[in-house]
Amino acid sequence: MRWYWIDRFLEFESGRYAKAVKNISLAEDHLHDHFPYYPIIPNSLVIEGLAQTGGLLVCEHNHFTEKVVLAKIPKAAFYCEACPGETLTYTATIDYIQEEGAMVTATSYKGDVLHAEAEIVFAHLSDSRRGSLFDPETFLRMMNLLGAFDVGHAADGSRLVPPPHLMHGAKGDGT
Amino acid sequence: MPTKEEVFEKIQAALVDALGVDEEDVTPQATLVGDLGAESIDFLDIVFRLEKAFSIKIPRGELFPEDILTDAKYVQDGKVTEQGVAELRKRMPFANLDDFAKNPIVQDFGNLLTVADMCRFVEGKVEVTD
Repeated sequence: MRWYWIDRFLEFESGRYAKAVKNISLAEDHLHDHFPYYPIIPNSLVIEGLAQTGGLLVCEHNHFTEKVVLAKIPKAAFYCEACPGETLTYTATIDYIQEEGAMVTATSYKGDVLHAEAEIVFAHLSDSRRGSLFDPETFLRMMNLLGAFDVGHAADGSRLVPPPHLMHGAKGDGT
Repeated sequence: MPTKEEVFEKIQAALVDALGVDEEDVTPQATLVGDLGAESIDFLDIVFRLEKAFSIKIPRGELFPEDILTDAKYVQDGKVTEQGVAELRKRMPFANLDDFAKNPIVQDFGNLLTVADMCRFVEGKVEVTD
């Protein structure tokens, strides 16, 4: 199983917001074990999907130079369940960003129905932790796989492109 | 220009949102760690909220100079040295370190900061009126 909790970006505006979809499928193993015979997507994985949507937004804003980690969920609320066959639309908006990290607000909608909302704090790992967890290029490959560069645009409206110094890492399957 | 009361109210709101505590628990005397349950990662969240609320910049280590507590020059046998306490006083003029200085155990430092200290810290960065 790969740790992808969104399937594709629908919209991506650099430094501002991103919208992604998560299609829930009965083929996902965890749905059979979370509540046996009552398959619903676990709330923790919705949070992870929201964090992937927002985390990649923060990463791209930093030109993939920072190691962005989910630090804290100050608030999260869930209003209904989501089942196989349904599609969740996640939107993440940057509220605040600076060199130490970022704050993002995120929502999950099931059609027109608000399914969940959360606040997420991301931290940038210090230089001393660099190289210990993951490579920023991993995020770039993930962006590519999820179609962010197909739909995204920069703050000035121009097409979103990978930063020149990482162009060689923009291809690949994210593994 | 905010009043001291407005500074307190904004800090109170930031702590309620960051720590999930009730508004009435955020009194000037409340300690962030002991009374309000703040953990280390919460300080990043709190700093972000203060920066946003007051349009200020809080450089890392300014509100909570953790670098002093991990510097062998200032810590011996789990206690902050006299030189370390002097450095803390210099770096934290907004906090009352008198009680801590009597028995400066590093582990106790985390529970030093109060809501009133944070108010004084912010008042040092923004112009306030009475």
